[in-house]
Amino acid sequence: MVEQGSILLRRMEICVAEAEKRSGKNAVNMQETFTVYLIETRPMDAVTEGQNPAPDSLWRRYSEFELLRNYLIVTYPYIVVPPLPEKRAEFVWHKLSADNMDPDFVERRRIGLENFLLRVASHPVLSNDKILCHFLTEEHGWKEAVCETGFHAKSDSRLRALSATFRVRNPDKRFMEMKHYSDELQSHTSQLLRARARVADRLYGVYKVHGNYGRVFSEWSAVEKEMGDGLQSGGHHMDAYAASIDDILEEEEHYADQLKEYLSYAEALRAVCRKHELNQFELEMASHDLISKKQQREELATGIVRTFSFKGMTNKIFGQEAPEQREARLKLLEELIAEGEESVKEKTVECEEHVEQAWVDMQRFKEQKDKDLREALISYAVMQISMCKKGIQVWSNAKECFLKM
Amino acid sequence: MSVGAARGLASSGQKPIAEILHPLSAAEEPLSPGPDVSVTGSASVGGEKEAGLTNGTPVETSSPASASSLFNRLQLDDDLEADARDPYAASETRDLFVTVDDPKKHVSTMETYITYRVSTKTTRIEFDLPEYCVRRRYQDFDWLRIKLEDSQPTHLIPPLPEKFVMKGVVDRFSEEFVETRMKALDKFLKRVADHPVLSFNTHLNAFLSAKDLNKRQGLALLSKVGESVKHVAGGYKLRARPAEFCAMGEYLDTFSQKLGTIDRIAQRILKEQSEHLTELREYGAVYSSWAAVEDELRRPLEGVAGCVTTCCGAVEELSDSMSQDFLPVLREYVLYIESMKNVLRKRDQSQAEYEGRLEAAILRKQEDRAPIPLEVEKCQDKVECFNADLKADWERWQSNKRQDFKQLLTGMADKNISYYEKSQAAWESLITLLQDKQTEDKTSETN
Repeated sequence: MVEQGSILLRRMEICVAEAEKRSGKNAVNMQETFTVYLIETRPMDAVTEGQNPAPDSLWRRYSEFELLRNYLIVTYPYIVVPPLPEKRAEFVWHKLSADNMDPDFVERRRIGLENFLLRVASHPVLSNDKILCHFLTEEHGWKEAVCETGFHAKSDSRLRALSATFRVRNPDKRFMEMKHYSDELQSHTSQLLRARARVADRLYGVYKVHGNYGRVFSEWSAVEKEMGDGLQSGGHHMDAYAASIDDILEEEEHYADQLKEYLSYAEALRAVCRKHELNQFELEMASHDLISKKQQREELATGIVRTFSFKGMTNKIFGQEAPEQREARLKLLEELIAEGEESVKEKTVECEEHVEQAWVDMQRFKEQKDKDLREALISYAVMQISMCKKGIQVWSNAKECFLKM
Repeated sequence: MSVGAARGLASSGQKPIAEILHPLSAAEEPLSPGPDVSVTGSASVGGEKEAGLTNGTPVETSSPASASSLFNRLQLDDDLEADARDPYAASETRDLFVTVDDPKKHVSTMETYITYRVSTKTTRIEFDLPEYCVRRRYQDFDWLRIKLEDSQPTHLIPPLPEKFVMKGVVDRFSEEFVETRMKALDKFLKRVADHPVLSFNTHLNAFLSAKDLNKRQGLALLSKVGESVKHVAGGYKLRARPAEFCAMGEYLDTFSQKLGTIDRIAQRILKEQSEHLTELREYGAVYSSWAAVEDELRRPLEGVAGCVTTCCGAVEELSDSMSQDFLPVLREYVLYIESMKNVLRKRDQSQAEYEGRLEAAILRKQEDRAPIPLEVEKCQDKVECFNADLKADWERWQSNKRQDFKQLLTGMADKNISYYEKSQAAWESLITLLQDKQTEDKTSETN
């Protein structure tokens, strides 16, 4: 699922090896149970040389992963940041546990967290981040280090801006298309997850009802002479058939997890597009502000009022102001205009850089998505084939028994 | 003697060997075509079965050395191949073949109904011609069954498919309904034709050969009323039912109950499958609509949508065959069991009558030294014949039932296997498609 050969991953082998339950006091000093995950790392050159040193390891809980991701989102707004596995079990078909402490859920989350780390560590840009490296290698002091980056301040305003509605005049068309696509991706993956869960529910029902055959065949065989053995053993196979669905559906959860990853990825993609909109908006605002200030300066300098302004009106009503006042205002205006020009320059650069870098990463993301999802579909097909083979086996066994009736 | 002009009654003494075959050979009825039936096995099977040979006295084991059983074994060996071909083949050389097919709708001013072609091929001298082809409707089959019940009350008459269908709920003229009904009528007629006693019934002969059955129907209704009154009236109470008939009754009760449960399970499965199908269809549609917004992923997603659609078709086929082939057979056996219980009741009645008359006669004998009257002896004969016929038919029924259910359950297994095979094939071809594309991409990348 994850490309090899990016910087961090070349240097070290990373895995999330285990999960454990812990108890402790939380932020509001209440006792709580939570799960921690063991992150193991080993220098890659040691591995390739055939040595087998003990890995370095540390424990992290889910909320620390969340913190890391938030830091990355804020610090690299032009990157489609890999998502974390879901916080709570969603799209659950009814027999599957929605309990966060359920061992199957914890196991799938362990895999999801490992996947997240591998993706981040193999990303051409993200893998170089110091905070990431710290996260993987030093258990203590990491939270403080993250806070010191000051990303919190940026994150609040950023998140606020992402949710705000504003009208942009000239966004990059490609980004608007990409944003539209991210909406489509989100909508289709969530529809698919819902539909799949419903199908799983129904399939469960079909298999389980067959278990009733096992019981009634057994009861019936008790009053039969020659037919009895064949009936009874056939019934046992019906029981086996009914039981087989549990493993089949548990395995299918891996497919659901892959879909869920891209459901979350869609959101990350959207965020990059929105960041562009925000940049563009701020640039447009700054440009507009600069233009209006320049106009004001022109009016003050020439005395010609081109546009309606209150100052102009009051001048007409109350008379012109004194020349010293005018000088003072002109000077202020010049300063503001200079600042404004700087601001526009900065924002233009910021916008252009963001567009350039984001476009590169969005292309990378597209290729990754196409590859990953195609592989996911292939592995889903493989699962279906395995399910069919099991079905054929069980019914063939049952048929053998029925033939002996 | 027993009521009705039946020939080939094994229980009544002086008959040629060929016709005494019946009770034992019924017990050795073909079990499974193929390697399971062994030549040496059949003799011991015959030895285990009960068979009433003479005077209604149950014979626990028939000595293998007796002439008739020797004849049986030889006969059975010859007929193994015939049995392998047709589960309904009787052990005697078949000389009566019947088929029900070719349904056609008839529209008249009074009513609309379906007729079926009934074809007969026979070498029996009871028939004037070697071949017949007539058209009959359900009413005619019903008439035949009533006549058989009346004229052979000591025998188990196979059931007909249900007579009444709720208008508006079931379409009497839909292809599936007609097909299912026709298969059941065919089975009914074949079972009658294979029965060593029933197949010689004159009403069957008329049914198979007469141009026009209508005239007899009025008479049939009258006679049905008459004879059933004869049986019910009498009001004798049964002292002690022989153990074997008790066992039969108990077995029928349990079996009927189990069949009811199986019917309910099958219906539940059908319901779950139908709901599964609904969700599957929607599931496939989501893949299609996603495919529309993708470029590289479009073909893979459409491929998955196609597979899901194929699976939907396979589910539908499976469900259809369950409701058309599986459920009707279960229901038919429930009807069969009902009519068998009826026959058991009639047997009880005739035993009760005999015991009652005998008691009365003994009392009179004690009083005025009169000999046992002829009616009492006739009653005794009647009971013994009834018991023998019933036992013979019971064995035949058991073995037919075994064959039918073996076929039914292996059929169900086959349908399920076929469903999974179709699904598997669809997914395998998708993988081939997707993996070809992958290698295509890789080679274009390296180029």
